[in-house]
Amino acid sequence: MRTIINKIIEKFNRNEARLMDILLDVQAEFGLISGDAVTLIAEGLNISSVDVQQTISFYHFFSQKSRGKYTIYLNDSAVAYMMGRADIARTFEEECKCKFGSVTEDGQIGLFNTACIGMNDQEPAAIINGIVFPKLTESCVKDIVNGMKEGKSVPEMMGELGDGENSNKLLNSMVNNNIMKTGSVLFSDYKNGTAINKLVTMTPKEVIGEVKASHIRGLGGAGFPTGMKWDFCSMAEGDERFVLCNADEGEPGTFKDRVILTELPNLIFEGMTIAAYAIGAKEGILYLRQEYHYMKAYLESVLDKLREENYLGKDIAGKIGFNFDIRIQFGAGAYVCGEESALIESCEGKRGEPRNRPPFPVQKGYLQKPTVINNVETLCSVVKIIENGGEWFSMMGTKETAGTKLLSISGDCKYPGVYEVEWGIRIRDMLEMVGGEEAYAVQVSGPSGICISKKDFKRTICFEDLPSGGSIIIIGKERNLIKDIVCNFMDFFIDESCGSCVPCRSLPLILKNKLQKLLDGNGVMSDLTDLENWSKNMKAANRCGLGQTAANPILSTLKNFREDYEALIKNKEKDFDTGFNLDAAVAASCEAVGRNPQI
Amino acid sequence: MSEKIKFTIDGKECIAKKGQYILEAALENGIYIPFLCNMKGVKPAGSCRLCNVKINGRNMTACTTPVAAGMEVESEIPELQELRLSIIEMLFVEGNHFCPSCEKSGNCELQALAYKFQMLVPRFPYEFPIKEVDASSPKLYIDRNRCIKCKRCIRNIKDENGKSYFAFYKRAHDVEICLDKELAATMSDELAQKAMDTCPVGAILRKEKGFDQPIGTRKFDKQAIGTDIISVVENINMEVKE
Ligand SMILES: Cc1cc2nc3c(=O)[nH]c(=O)nc-3n(C[C@H](O)[C@H](O)[C@H](O)COP(=O)(O)O)c2cc1C
Ligand code: SF4
Ligand code: SF4
Ligand code: SF4
Repeated sequence: MRTIINKIIEKFNRNEARLMDILLDVQAEFGLISGDAVTLIAEGLNISSVDVQQTISFYHFFSQKSRGKYTIYLNDSAVAYMMGRADIARTFEEECKCKFGSVTEDGQIGLFNTACIGMNDQEPAAIINGIVFPKLTESCVKDIVNGMKEGKSVPEMMGELGDGENSNKLLNSMVNNNIMKTGSVLFSDYKNGTAINKLVTMTPKEVIGEVKASHIRGLGGAGFPTGMKWDFCSMAEGDERFVLCNADEGEPGTFKDRVILTELPNLIFEGMTIAAYAIGAKEGILYLRQEYHYMKAYLESVLDKLREENYLGKDIAGKIGFNFDIRIQFGAGAYVCGEESALIESCEGKRGEPRNRPPFPVQKGYLQKPTVINNVETLCSVVKIIENGGEWFSMMGTKETAGTKLLSISGDCKYPGVYEVEWGIRIRDMLEMVGGEEAYAVQVSGPSGICISKKDFKRTICFEDLPSGGSIIIIGKERNLIKDIVCNFMDFFIDESCGSCVPCRSLPLILKNKLQKLLDGNGVMSDLTDLENWSKNMKAANRCGLGQTAANPILSTLKNFREDYEALIKNKEKDFDTGFNLDAAVAASCEAVGRNPQI
Repeated sequence: MSEKIKFTIDGKECIAKKGQYILEAALENGIYIPFLCNMKGVKPAGSCRLCNVKINGRNMTACTTPVAAGMEVESEIPELQELRLSIIEMLFVEGNHFCPSCEKSGNCELQALAYKFQMLVPRFPYEFPIKEVDASSPKLYIDRNRCIKCKRCIRNIKDENGKSYFAFYKRAHDVEICLDKELAATMSDELAQKAMDTCPVGAILRKEKGFDQPIGTRKFDKQAIGTDIISVVENINMEVKE
């Protein structure tokens, strides 16, 4: 063990900032990171053991105990449940004779829940030893578990491969792209390298000017003007600069980056190269969520090809002195690492705790150097902006939101998948497009976004009306909004907070318990006021976007679906709050003394 | 002499050094903004969220936001005081705080703040979580029931090579404080005392020293938290650049 671990540490130059990679390699090698391994890593990096442990214990996919020869991570997003996740989970438990969150007695199979894996268009889905199994049925679960009992390898149990590049030997994946609508930016015809060849004829200032002229805003959710971000970064003081691409895609319900990563990876890397040229960076990092580990070999091969073609490396596209290269950094299961400063911390091998701002990443980012972080889709759009000009791009979309947007649409609709639409699309038109006219509610922009009712279906998706990072979840009439959706979202935030800020660590659970109290029929009207008042504190008091939006599922449904809440309160006049069912609580003692419980 | 700038807190004119954090500057101007995770001389964490103030209508933490010239800071406004009280209440319900039997009672900043904010019963239901205590190291006793996860110990207690004695374990609601076993085995008495003094609550205690100072004679037994702040600004002859 010592030699293997030392080798891994050497591979990363005994660099503490590469702790994530070291841990990922150790976990891949041994299936777990044991106490002895922790000691060896701590020694090798000359840090304390608790410093190694703090990183390990932060991430969902690291484990200090064995999670089985076969490790099954079953998605538990709200949409997975809509698509029959409960039956699939039950079948796994019956077949394995073991509960979720544990490993079979013989140590062979481990069953674990996991947050949205970016497959909402093909749920229920699980990741088994790194391989995605979409559209699970009870019979395929039985086959899989039988295969495991026979000792088959996971690839042996795979079914039909997915569409597009998914059947590429290096991807070899059962995932489907489900590209339902292509638009004029991301999916326009493009010859690889065109933008880079043009790029090197421009000055960095001209590049930033073109991006500014396009009026493109970040497509990862926050909508910050990209040109301005690059400009700030290029002006910030620093001897080195970095470009980071955010492919963490953690917001439940989005899966558009997954499709870009499989079908248009060239665009991502070209986009990063353009950003590098604009700000003067030599190094770039693609931060990729662990759930997409199956893309590793494929993406590495794309990078290799770019290096061969001199679109990465030294003197790119013949431009003397333009040097830039990209490495892939995997995450290990933490939604908060999609937040830009947490992403940086994670790239530095630490816990994914968001930083305080100021300073902003453009001033002090990765390794405290000026850093640009952009979403996958933003960088791809920039390639087309350089190719066709900023003005071309700015003509699309709405007044304040130029261009197109990839929507990831899932839930109760006929045609889930990704759709490239112009900003400004009306919710009603979108529902028609996807066969979701019957919707009771639409969750725009994932759990951290808002839940709208019919009266708002005339509204439009754009930053001046309903902003969206791309996740659209359609909720049908048959769903119990509070139980199936709001509670599921709250559970997500309860697990995914980094734990730093008191309100973000504490309140979501308190709020969720209150919802449960209402669902149990023990609520009173003042509970609704409490929910509202307490939720408001989340927005005001927390450090990052996660905590600031974590009460949105409650706030937006309280606003738009208040009747659903009131329907849970049996006696609206009741002004005292027992918080529990008094009759049931005293039933046993009443029976013992032979009295009727009557209060 | 470093550059000085003017700003206001709740309308009162204040003076700060350029680049100074609001919280620190406030204290030097004799204004107390409540906090728990901050500590003089230690990099601010901005995690307890008590020092939330409003600047141009935006909530910011005073411990992490540098003063800018002409800044108008709102602090003691009902909205923020209410927020602060609710955070104190959250800390009481997410842990197990039985003050009458606590070694830190009277020296505890959380308890003192609860008094200051006149907390009676928290509005949130108690969670009564089950927490493990760790008495395995020779000098210290770690009581996670009382830890408020302020990270002061993590930031302030290091060995001569900069290695950390303390770190967080897990995340979200399950976050807990851990002491490095190997390092703790060789901890000096001075560092153990420093660790205990660093902790705002009774989560880090030196073994057999918890009651050295009798209850009733302790810091906050005599004086409410935040009342011992003396303005240093008025005593200094400063040049102010507008
Ligand atoms: C909790 C949280 C999670 C986030 N997750 C992602 C993500 O998965 N992908 C992403 O691109 N941006 C995510 N963001 C937004 C990023 O912080 C950042 O704004 C974005 O990557 C900037 O890129 P853009 O300007 O190109 O959109 C997240 C933000 C928060 C607060
Ligand atoms: S708001 Fe939540 S996730 Fe964000 S820094 Fe604070 S505790 Fe961490
Ligand atoms: S740590 Fe402070 S608040 Fe908690 S029990 Fe002790 S004295 Fe009370
Ligand atoms: S042990 Fe004390 S100093 Fe350390 S995090 Fe907990 S409360 Fe803060």
